[in-house]
Parts: sequence; C-alpha cells; structure tokens
Amino acid sequence: MSEAVTKTSRTKIFLRRIARKLSLPQKIMGLVLLILLIFFVFLPAVNLIYTAFSFSYSDRVLPQVIERGITPTPGRFTLIHLERVLFSPLTKNMFLIPLLNTILITAGLTIIALSFGSVLAWLIVRTDLPGKRIFANLATIPYIIPAWPIALAWLNIFKNTKVGGTPGLFEYLFRVTPPDWLSYGPIPIIICLSLHYYSYAFITVSGALATIDSRLEETAELLGASKWQVMRKVTLPLVLPSILSAFILTFSRGIGSFGTPAFLGMPVHFFTLSTQLYSNIKNNLSGDAYVIALVMILMSGISIYMNVKVIGARKSFVTISGKGFKAKPVALGRWKYIILIILIIFIILGVFTPLYVLTWQSLMEQDGNYSLRNFTLHFWIGRSDELNRKGILIGEGQAGILRNPMMLNGVWNSIKLALYAAFFTSFLGIIIGYAIVRDRGSLLSKLNDALSFAPYIFPGIAFGAVYLTMFAKPIGPIPALYGTFAILVLVSVAKHVPYSSRTGTAAMMQVNKELEEAGELQGAGFLKRFVKIIFPLTRNGFVAGFMLSFITVMRELSLVVLLVTPKTKVLTTMIYYYAEIGFHQFGDAITMLIVIISLSGTVIIRRFQKTDLAKGIGG
Amino acid sequence: MAKTAKIKIENLTKRWGNVEAIKNMNLTIEEGDFITLLGPSGCGKTTTLRSIAGLEEPSGGRIYLDGKLVFSKEEEISIPPSRRNLGLVFQSYALWPHMTVFENIAFGLKIKKLPKNEIERMVLKTLSDMKLEGYENRYPQELSGGQQQRIAIARMIINRPDIYLMDEPLSNLDAKLRVDMRAELKELHQKSGATTVYVTHDQVEAMTMSTKICIMRDGRMHQVGSPEEVYRKPVDLFVADFISNPKMNFFEGRLISKGGNPVIEAAGFELKVDPRTVGNIETFTVAVRPEDFFITEKGVEYTVTNQLPAGSSTIVIVERGNDKISLLFEGHFKTATGSKIRLSVKEGLFNLFDKGTGKRIY
Repeated sequence: MSEAVTKTSRTKIFLRRIARKLSLPQKIMGLVLLILLIFFVFLPAVNLIYTAFSFSYSDRVLPQVIERGITPTPGRFTLIHLERVLFSPLTKNMFLIPLLNTILITAGLTIIALSFGSVLAWLIVRTDLPGKRIFANLATIPYIIPAWPIALAWLNIFKNTKVGGTPGLFEYLFRVTPPDWLSYGPIPIIICLSLHYYSYAFITVSGALATIDSRLEETAELLGASKWQVMRKVTLPLVLPSILSAFILTFSRGIGSFGTPAFLGMPVHFFTLSTQLYSNIKNNLSGDAYVIALVMILMSGISIYMNVKVIGARKSFVTISGKGFKAKPVALGRWKYIILIILIIFIILGVFTPLYVLTWQSLMEQDGNYSLRNFTLHFWIGRSDELNRKGILIGEGQAGILRNPMMLNGVWNSIKLALYAAFFTSFLGIIIGYAIVRDRGSLLSKLNDALSFAPYIFPGIAFGAVYLTMFAKPIGPIPALYGTFAILVLVSVAKHVPYSSRTGTAAMMQVNKELEEAGELQGAGFLKRFVKIIFPLTRNGFVAGFMLSFITVMRELSLVVLLVTPKTKVLTTMIYYYAEIGFHQFGDAITMLIVIISLSGTVIIRRFQKTDLAKGIGG
Repeated sequence: MAKTAKIKIENLTKRWGNVEAIKNMNLTIEEGDFITLLGPSGCGKTTTLRSIAGLEEPSGGRIYLDGKLVFSKEEEISIPPSRRNLGLVFQSYALWPHMTVFENIAFGLKIKKLPKNEIERMVLKTLSDMKLEGYENRYPQELSGGQQQRIAIARMIINRPDIYLMDEPLSNLDAKLRVDMRAELKELHQKSGATTVYVTHDQVEAMTMSTKICIMRDGRMHQVGSPEEVYRKPVDLFVADFISNPKMNFFEGRLISKGGNPVIEAAGFELKVDPRTVGNIETFTVAVRPEDFFITEKGVEYTVTNQLPAGSSTIVIVERGNDKISLLFEGHFKTATGSKIRLSVKEGLFNLFDKGTGKRIY
C-alpha cells in the first residue's frame, strides 16, 4: 500500500480528493448556497451591526456630535447611537416607551390569541359542537389574509373626528364620537392583532389535538381517571409543547408586527419598536434605527432560543399519531347552543365584518357617508373623468384601481414581485433541501442550515432596513440596488429563505435516498437524476411552496415599505400611502384585491397539496 | 484452475464520527459465489454492501472488482457506482413511483441510448422471464409486494451486471412469499452465474441460498464459510448462537474421568471427547443443537414442561433441576406434558467453547 502512495505524489492525491468532493452534487449545491447565504443573509447581519456602531453622513447634525465637536467621519466606529438610544434624554421617548408599548402589545396579544385559539381548537376538535368543519374552515381565514386589513377596518368603524378626517361608521350610526382609547392606541392594536394571530394558535393546537392517539386517553380512563383528570394528566401535557410553540411564535411575530401599530398607533403618537424604527429611518437616523433593530432581533432571538430549548426535545411526542382512533367527542350539553351562538357572533364580527367594512368603504363615493345614495363603483372601475351628481370629479380625478394606469402599475409590480420571489424562493427551497438533506452531518450542511434559519429572527422592518443601507452602494460584483425592482425581489427571497428551507427540506426528506441511488447505479448523471427522479417526486412541494411564497410576498408590507420608490411601489405600500393621507376608498379597494388574491391562491395550494388546514381538525 | 477473485476487500474501515461501523474488514469473494453478509442490525453488513456499490465512501481500505482497483482511500480513488458494472436491489426496492413498470425497467437502457425497439424487446423479454407479462403499463404501487420485488430484480438484471447486490430484499414480504422468493432468487443465481452479495439478518435465508456466509457483528467479521461449516463448526459462541433456530442449548461442562476415559459432564449428559482436542482445559461451554438429542432408555431423565407443535416438527421444552433444554422432533410429539423422558446426545454432535474467549475448541 505504501508503495502506491509513493508512486502517486501527495499533491496529486490531494487534488484528486478535492476534485472528487467537488464532483458530488450536494457539495456543489452546498457551496453555491453558502455563497448566496453569506451575501444575502450573513453580510446584511454584519452590516446592521456595523451601521449601528459607526457614523454616517447624516450624523453631523446630531446634537451630541455638534456639542462635543466630534468629526463624524462616515464609517468610523462610535457608540453614539447606542448612547442616544439607551442612555440619553431621548431614551425615554425613543426607546423605553416604544419598548414598553411593544411588550404591552405583545403580551396582551399573546394571552388573548393563545387562550382563544386553544379553546377554539379544543371546541372544534374534541366536542360535539355542530358544524365543526365549517367553523374550522372559517376560523382559518384570518391566517390566510394579512393582519393589517383588520386594522384598516377598525379605523373605518371606530375612527373619530378628533384626530381629523371623516367620521367612522360608529360615529355615523350612533352620533357619538368614540373615545380615543377605542379609536387608537394599545387596545385596538391588541384586539386587531389578536383577531389575526389567534389563527396560529388555533391551527397548531388543533393539529396537536387531532393527532393525539386517543388510546392514550382511553387507557387512563380504563384505569379509573375521571374526564377532568384525563384532561389534566394526559391531554394537556400532550398538547402543551404545541401550545408553548404557538406562544413563542405569536410572541416573536408580535414583536415585529408593523402595519397594525402603524395604522392604529402612529396617528396618536403611540409608538412600538417597529414603528419607531420606521420613523427613525424616515428621519435619517439610521444608526439609531439599527440599535433598535438589534434590540428587536435580540428579543425574537431569545424567544426562538427558548422555543428550541424548552420545546425542542419534548416536541417529538406530539407527533405520535393515532390513525383512525378518534376519541368520543365531549358532550357540551346545554352549553352547546350558547357556545354555538357565541362562535357565530365571533365569526361574523371578527372574520367577516372587517372584510365587509372594507368592501363597503371602497364603494363609498364620499368617505364617511354610509348612506346607500353614496354608493359608487368608481374606486374599482371608474374613469378618471367621471363626475358625481354635483358635477365634481369623483376620487379627485383618479380612475378606479382596475382602470388606473398608476394603480395597475402597482398591481403589475406586486404580481411581478410575487412571481419572481416565489419562483426563486421555491427553486432555492429545492436546492437548500438537497444540499442540507443529502449532505446531512457535514459542516457545510450545518452551516447552511443555521444560516438559512437566520432571517427568521429578523423582524421584517429591520430586514428591509438592513437591505436599504447595505445595497445603497455597490458591493463586490453587485451594483447599487436602491430604487431598483431587483432589491425588492432579493429582500423577499432572502426573508423567506427560512420557510423555503423548511418546505424544501421536508420535501427532500420524503424522497428516499435509495430512489436517487437506483438512478445513479443505472448510469444517470446528476442532471438526469434531478430532472427525471428528484423533481417529479418533489413537484407538489415545489408548487405548494411557490404559491405560499406568492401569497406571502403579495401581502408583505413591513419588509418592503422602506425599499420602494415611486417607480417600484407595490400594492401594499400603496395602501400604506393612501391610509397615511386618508384617501381610504382606494386603499380599501386595493386591500380587498389582495384579500381576493390571497384567498384564491390558498384554494389553489390546497388543490395541489390535496390537504387543507382544516383537514383533520373538524369531524 | 482456481476461481478468480471477483470482489476483494482489503482493510475496509468505515467510521461515522466516533462509531466504527466496519472495522478493518478483509474479504475475498470468488466468481460465481452467492455470499451472504449475515448479522444483527447495525453490524455493518449494509454499509459493506453499499461500499462495494460505491454509494458509501469508506473511511479507509481498498476494494477491487475483477482485479481492478475501484476504491482506495489512500490514493483517493473512487470509481462512480455506474462504472462498477453492478446492480443493486434495495431493501425498499426503490422503484420510481412516478414511472410505469416499463419505464422503471427501461430506465438504464434509455440512459445507454439503446434503440427504442431494442429497449422494448429487452424489457418485454425480462418481464416475461420474471413472470410479469401484462403489467408494463401499471405503476409500481398498484402491484403487490412480491411483484414489486420482481420489478426491482428485473430492473437490475436487464443491464446485465457482473455482480448482483441485494440488500435485505425479502424483508418486506410476508412469510409465505418469502419462502417462494428464496427459491426464485437461488434459481436466478444458478441460471445467471452472477456473483451475488446478499445482505440479511435472517439466518434461514442465509443457510438456504448461499454458497458462503460471512457472519458479522459490530463491524467485525466473525466467520466466513459454507453454510455447513458455520452451522457445524461455528468459530465462537456468537456464531453458534446466531446460527440456530430454534435456539441452541448451552450448558456448563466439566472434564471428568470416567473409567479412565475423559468425558465431559454437562446437564447430566456424559459426552465422549478426544483428550487431544481439549488439552488441559477443565471447564467449557457446551453447545448442543435441539435436533441433536434422541430418546433412549439409557438416557438422562428430563420432565416435559412445554410443547410447541408447528406441524412438520415440534419444539419440546424439558427440564431437570436448573437445566432447561429445547428439543426439536420431526412431526408430532406424542408424550404428554408433565411426563418424563430419557435423553441422550447424538454422538459427536456438540460443540465445546472456551469459557473465557468464547472460541470453539471442538
């Protein structure tokens, strides 16, 4: 053997080794992926920290800089932003109050959404409530549509004339101005966010409840435990991990939520960390903004770390599924119809009313006038030169959204963005899945796995903010991207990498490695194996991932709100714009358009997946 | 002329982190052999098979096929699986669910870019050889386990590989079908003459089909030999215990002198031995197979405590004090449970093992 080694020189052997490693498709994909992730995830994270701790051009106007006579050479290290945010007279307004507001809202939201979602899940999965399947489907609607339309609807109903603008439905109907605490601020924000986020807890917990092997409960009953004891000693511990998981998910999402606190908080100067970050950026205080971003990332990072630590190891037992063994439903007795009525009222008020109100408002010629005579389809299909009965141009001379070139440009941008992002995201998903699953255990695979999870802990607004500074100037082979359409695609793809990685990995796990090896033994090269074996077998996952990203990108606001320019504006940022200037009918019409696209997209996904969220939840 | 070495494995090692799946394995497989890698799960048998196929990269050692070096860790040589001219039947069959039976079998031929009518002729011929006519347009999941198994074999043999590799191919079939498939696989081997490496944990499969058995445990080879050899002359207690169905009986044995002749006293039996084989060792582990007892007036008295009739044979459990023996008799056993029988061991049909090392002495 040693003869052979001396015969072929060591360098030659080394080169052979490299060449052989590089000929493995999972290694090539892993390397390409790593480079992409370094550019679009790792470097932005580094850039965020760098910006938070260095001077920028705009810093020369900061009072601290002027007073101390510092020369703020751009790029030089400084702790001034940290000081301004955390230890200065500004701290109270710029950091402490928004932080406390964020905690208040997130805590309130988590408690309400979690308890309501879990109870609803139990009612629908485990009791003899009539019409469970319909309720299960209706209760998942808020999951499909974005959170902020509920806030817009809330404004339509409860806004008061104190802040300015037209009166809401409440004031119109009852001739009473609703108090400020009901119109704006923490209470409406918590309620609106809860109306969206309960669906997360509902889906997670009902999924867990539906997969518990009922024999586990029956065994306890046979051993003499009462219904209540079974619930406490068996059922609850079994679903506890998923309740905790929903808790952390809601909590970390709550920290990053932007649209709702922006619509319902900013008019009365009620700031959360995310809206404070937004306004700092808008005021050219990016260094301060990024210190806040770091705090937000830290908060959601800790909550996710807790998720992994507390639940990670214990989560596995939830998935023990008892196929076909359905527990006998709990009889609700005389409570049955009371609960039924409460649920119907909830579905009407919480799920349908927001949609209904938005539709209604988009049909009002004059904002705030809810009479039937005021109805018009102008904001949907009207021409720009349409006059009302008084001979005034409707909609200030702007044509309806389906006829207005500027609006259609936004529609087109949104669709284009969603299509591009969904395509790259789902394509990337397959690559990530292959590189991680087929190379499992290697350092490269672990690195890719960790990096592709990282964007998850960035709140959308912070992630958008990083891309704003990072790609404002050319880096390496990448030209300056600010103001281009490409940066919107990039940021959307990068932010959704955690999801595509999860779907891609799951899809790849389902393809037995032996199926590919069988092709390899038959002489098929990698490309052939990919096209003939891997892709056909993961196609459904690819399509579902595509549609899911399409919908998510379509309704994304916080991620892109800082990055759009008049040329690249998308539907969501147009809504934000119209909401800010108080031209509600257009915003509402566009919102309804997004709702329609989201709902129909979900129907298509379910066709492809042949599963639906409500499946296994209802009877 | 001596047979040529078809597969030669030298110092093969495979590590997963700190776990050694294969420890310095050396094995030569001759042309036309049907060799079974046999052992409990986790013994490294599948890893060995996959290393031969080139699907797993060993951590060290060399592999030659037909005298040609196909893998060497030292020289960083690894010929890709498709150029090793071998076929593999996977445990899961690995039939592509999105392709019809025809497309599954024709896959390799299409890669080789054979003419279409040639492919069709070959596939239909193979299908008829494997008794699968008429199924070409079905999808694998529409067929039974046994049929899927045949498709997997058809897909392998149509490419005419030199070496057949099979990874527990029968483990997913029901008991009856498994017996039929054993015969079919043996026939396939005899007809084609292809060198076959077969992985299983089922000792009956190994005994019935192989020309050679390689018994492994914890990544180490214990014994390589013909079925007869490993059955009658197991190298150690592990092999003796593993190759036994029903379970082999083990007793403590002592060397005593009886009328000037050395005998081994175990569980009441006195077994004659050649003094040269036992040397100066005094205590042993004695192993006797359940079928190697017989009933005789001069035997040791045991009480029948349980009977497990299986039609063609009956397992009988007998006890005497602390000694408990399983016996295997053909057909029905007519003595009632609770009655006494007198037993003796067939002459010479027992093994002696060193109590310390577990190695066979006789």
